[in-house]
Amino acid sequence: MNIYRKRKIIDVTMRAAAFLCAIFTLVPLISIFSYVLSRGATSLNLSFFTHLPRPVGEPGGGMSNAIGGTLILIGLSCLWAVPMGILGGVYMAEFGNNRLGSMVRFSVDVLNGIPSIVIGIFAYTLFVLPMKSFSAISGGFALGVIMIPTVMRTTEEMLRMVPHTLREAALALGISQARTIVGIVLKTALPGIVTGILLAIARIAGETAPLLFTAFGNRFWHQSLNQPIAALPLQIFVYAISPFDDWHRQAWAGAFVLISIVSLISLISRFVIRPRYRFSQSR
Amino acid sequence: MMGIKTRFVDAGFQKATTAAALSVVALVALLLCHMIIHAMPAIQKFGWHFLFTSTWDPVKQNFGALPFIYGTIVSSVLALLIAVPISLGIAIYLAELAPLFIRGPLSFFIELLAAIPSVVYGLWGIFVLAPFLRSDMQPFLSRYFGFLPIFQGAFYGVGMLTAGIILSIMIIPTISSITREVFLTVPSNQREAALALGATRWEAIRLAVLAYARTGLLGAVILGLGRALGETMAVTMVIGNRAEISASLFAPAYTMASVIANEFTEATGDLYLSALIEVGLVLFFITLVINIAARALIWRVSGRVKGEIRK
Repeated sequence: MNIYRKRKIIDVTMRAAAFLCAIFTLVPLISIFSYVLSRGATSLNLSFFTHLPRPVGEPGGGMSNAIGGTLILIGLSCLWAVPMGILGGVYMAEFGNNRLGSMVRFSVDVLNGIPSIVIGIFAYTLFVLPMKSFSAISGGFALGVIMIPTVMRTTEEMLRMVPHTLREAALALGISQARTIVGIVLKTALPGIVTGILLAIARIAGETAPLLFTAFGNRFWHQSLNQPIAALPLQIFVYAISPFDDWHRQAWAGAFVLISIVSLISLISRFVIRPRYRFSQSR
Repeated sequence: MMGIKTRFVDAGFQKATTAAALSVVALVALLLCHMIIHAMPAIQKFGWHFLFTSTWDPVKQNFGALPFIYGTIVSSVLALLIAVPISLGIAIYLAELAPLFIRGPLSFFIELLAAIPSVVYGLWGIFVLAPFLRSDMQPFLSRYFGFLPIFQGAFYGVGMLTAGIILSIMIIPTISSITREVFLTVPSNQREAALALGATRWEAIRLAVLAYARTGLLGAVILGLGRALGETMAVTMVIGNRAEISASLFAPAYTMASVIANEFTEATGDLYLSALIEVGLVLFFITLVINIAARALIWRVSGRVKGEIRK
């Protein structure tokens, strides 16, 4: 009888431990969100969105340049990473069942695993050194490199989910392969691909490390894409490690805005854009 | 007429996609070449000593990366020690035990942790976690476990322990979601067989699920390790940034990613910059090996299952 009780006790203990692990993880989550809300939202006002940062000691001021800079950097990176990612994804799904395809897939995995700060160094050697200036372009390049693996992977996976019968039907009607892929396959998979792109944007919106020595930050509105540009995560970092209370408040406000942007993008990708056709997934 | 045009367009389309795919390969190759070329002055000057000496003296132009390599490895291993048991518990609860209506919301909340930008983790670490460690957790650890050298020394708040804890929070969503997926690939008749033989729920999980998912589990852990090794901002903000090797987890330390983040824009002189780039190169190779190992392990598991479905 004894051994059954012992087994029972172990069973209950382990199940309770698993439950506690799940609950325990919610503690930092709740803590982070409540601090960002309580400190960030209270420090937020209209001038935060409309004004430039003020020098130390002067109260007020905002991060309009940083918010704008982040949006510009996202735009720049999407400009080259989205077309390249989608085309590369099409290759992997439609033409990539060969040795070249597995080489490409391997490269995408490698690229995905590279720490973002190393990508920052790469962008620095590629753009900042020859141009002899920190610039928005180099920042956009670095963020794009981070986006590409996600966009390519999602495109490939979404295209592979499109039933082969659709391709065969189109080809049987005499439609060219290019038009079949663009007009039928890509169009069918589009909602999924857009979701992937939005998730990639949500990720790069909060990236700081690769921007430290590419976009560099700027206390004013940037004049051209060849010059340093402000970014919200960079500004939060600089303000957070500063010794000034007023800047700490601004950092929390910035964190609130950043988390709002990121959550908004993830929410859109999760709930607004639902796949029009649901194919049976592998799981 | 039409046929020729179609064939032309098709060929062009295929070439365009191939070019895009190849440029990713080129991007990785270019990255590697650029890093090696720019790290060359430091590689030639210091050779293998770079990895095994701990002087980091920009004034005398003498560079050794050992404290950073040590800091990166110790903080990541610490993060794993905390994150792996917790993630395992989460995955077991979510995949095996939780009522169905809890699974969706709970996994959504845990994955929300992955969506928080690392600079926000750092901000929270500086103003919430570090003060908590300094005033509550470190005195507690030092009073009851102070005989261990790892829990000795002054309470700074910032330091190796803080970095390890914050990293563990950041990698829990990665490890737990992959582990959960690996658990879901375990055929349910494995569990049923164990239960039918009279096993308790936990025994069924341990004997049927955990044993079956071993390889995939290892893959998930290594993937989490890869993420922890390369994490920059949150660690930089809470680790204290001091290039020393200390036995105590309370002491400030430094990681490879943080030294690059802090000193890159201030690096004066080519050798200094090149030494920092070499640190980046070392980090790149470490994460490369780790990620390849993790992919290989996970692929072995999911390949077994997916392969059956795709055919």
